[in-house]
Amino acid sequence: MSHLESTVFATLRKTGIRFYILFGVLAALVVWGVFAYIYQLIEGLGVTGLSRPVYWGIYLTNFVFFIGISHAGTLISAILRVTQANWRRSITRIAEAVTVFALCVGGLQILIDMGRPDRILNMIFYGRYQSVFLWDLTCIGIYFMSSITYLYLPMIPDFARMRDKLTDIARWRKWLYTLAALGWKGNHEQHRRLEIAIAIMAIAIIPIAVSVHTVVSWIFGMTVQPMWHSTIFGPYFVVGAIFSGIATLFIAMAIMRKVLRLEAWLTDKQFDYLGLLLLVMSAFWCYFTFAEYLTTVYSALTHEMHVADAKLYGEYAWAFWLMVFCNAVVPFAILTRRAGRTVMGTVIASVFINIGMWLERFTIVAPTLTRPSLAFEHAIYQPSWVEISITVGSLALFALLFVIFFKLFPSLAIWEVEEGIEIEERNRINKQLSLEDLRAMEKA
Amino acid sequence: MARWTMAIDLDKCLGCQACTVACRMENNTPIAGPEQAEKGRAILWNEVIPFVEGEYPNVTARYIPRPCMHCDDPLCVKVCPVKATYKNEEGTVLVDYERCIGCRFCTVACPYTVRYFNWHEPYYPESLKAHLNPDVPIRPKGVVEKCTFCVQRLQRARAKAEAEGRVFLASDYVPACVQTCTGRARYFGDLDDPTSLVSQLLKSPRAFRLLEELGTKPKVFYLREG
Repeated sequence: MSHLESTVFATLRKTGIRFYILFGVLAALVVWGVFAYIYQLIEGLGVTGLSRPVYWGIYLTNFVFFIGISHAGTLISAILRVTQANWRRSITRIAEAVTVFALCVGGLQILIDMGRPDRILNMIFYGRYQSVFLWDLTCIGIYFMSSITYLYLPMIPDFARMRDKLTDIARWRKWLYTLAALGWKGNHEQHRRLEIAIAIMAIAIIPIAVSVHTVVSWIFGMTVQPMWHSTIFGPYFVVGAIFSGIATLFIAMAIMRKVLRLEAWLTDKQFDYLGLLLLVMSAFWCYFTFAEYLTTVYSALTHEMHVADAKLYGEYAWAFWLMVFCNAVVPFAILTRRAGRTVMGTVIASVFINIGMWLERFTIVAPTLTRPSLAFEHAIYQPSWVEISITVGSLALFALLFVIFFKLFPSLAIWEVEEGIEIEERNRINKQLSLEDLRAMEKA
Repeated sequence: MARWTMAIDLDKCLGCQACTVACRMENNTPIAGPEQAEKGRAILWNEVIPFVEGEYPNVTARYIPRPCMHCDDPLCVKVCPVKATYKNEEGTVLVDYERCIGCRFCTVACPYTVRYFNWHEPYYPESLKAHLNPDVPIRPKGVVEKCTFCVQRLQRARAKAEAEGRVFLASDYVPACVQTCTGRARYFGDLDDPTSLVSQLLKSPRAFRLLEELGTKPKVFYLREG
């Protein structure tokens, strides 16, 4: 058994006390969130801080935020696969898992926000495509299906390996791995077919992912409300989504690297390269933000300025400027230097970016609603303990799904990483051979 | 088919809010209580909104009574994912309380903020319970509601005309706010009838609509003060 395999399998074999503690803490937070939700279900949305005209608050913020995070994964891993970046091999599994779980928790936010969740199926029975919500349902649904497929496909050879080599585990797990491996034998034909399937999915998933955050942005963009009605929102949201997605990926990678001892495969190289990508996304984000706000403030339309004032100098100024600090100042200060693109550096930047991107979603959702066009007086919005509890519970649920998943399934795509090592080895030998050839020619 | 329209003469409006109260009694809007009202959760289908313009010493206060605009191009209908809000064949925008999923997309899309949400189970004090209008359904918790131009009065007027064996006339149907208006500032009628009073008033140079530039084509219009 190779070093790679034994390291990855170690956590699948043995479960230590640390796992139970982490599981317990996360589960407790989720239970608290569920309790808050049941309370909301019984009492009505009156237990939130929402009101007229601030009808949407942090549930919608969470929705946009989590759906944004989901772009980390699959999109990044798909692009890196398509461009055959070899260093991607050890991070794709984590990235794809981030996507699937972020989508689960993100979709849940809409259900939590609904006044009548018992009528959710009306969206299907009476759904009309005139509404942006139906576009969202469609795009997110397709994205969820394809993300699961895309997560599953490269897992098949790993399932087979677990089926064959993990002998000392519970019966149901054995049964699960056998079933999921779909009779994988690892012969040439199977590999060829798998590669084709993965290649198709990798390409197909890129436009799907782009469509998802575009239609999410259109929930706002398609209205006539000041500072929502903006043509830039589609690409702006997609960029923000990838930005926060990579940041989340960094945090997940760093934790797993430490806890599961994956230092040999999640190396400085991964953090350096991905850190550069994060910096590029930060630059994009700055550009879009600047373009959006300058256009608004320069042309200074009355209704728009009410909202812009609230964001730039008013009661939302703290959130706005903190967002700028988190999304622009911190990433540039840390990631522009090679010495900053270490595990520690990227994780610090990522934590800030996630806070900043959540605030970005918040400063898009709330200020516009507090300043309706027919402004009689300015509303205020203060999330209640129920909303905060459900938000914390949602974050915990995201982490919990992640923890359970990687307790049952390998944290790296073992066969892909092995393939990568083989390729590197071959390249090295080829290089050596050609060097020897050169020397021989020189001698001659 | 008629196209129901309302005109409000701001010169005649006293800002007395009798329309607001009449609307509440007619349409069974639940009582929020002072604490919830403070949070912005009062349900008043027909609010009288004060606009204070300018700065001391040049300050003017105006009042604008604001029912639903019953737009011809309603943004709320556009965004509703389940067709719970719809425009009927007479151009009135209504809500199907049985279908609404409470997503509140319509409430944020409406530029006039005329739509209200049931944050809690509807509550009525004992003294009011005996006087609830049997023609209007009580809305459950978690759905959106708003001004209907007292559509139940239209149904009733039609039924009455039929029972009496005569032709239904536009003048048979008047919403509660129009009927009660102290200053007789409100007019109601059929826009498709060029001889109706509202059609005549619409030609007035004083006529304007709220946020006309948005292209929603409201069917409530105002006559400017002055």
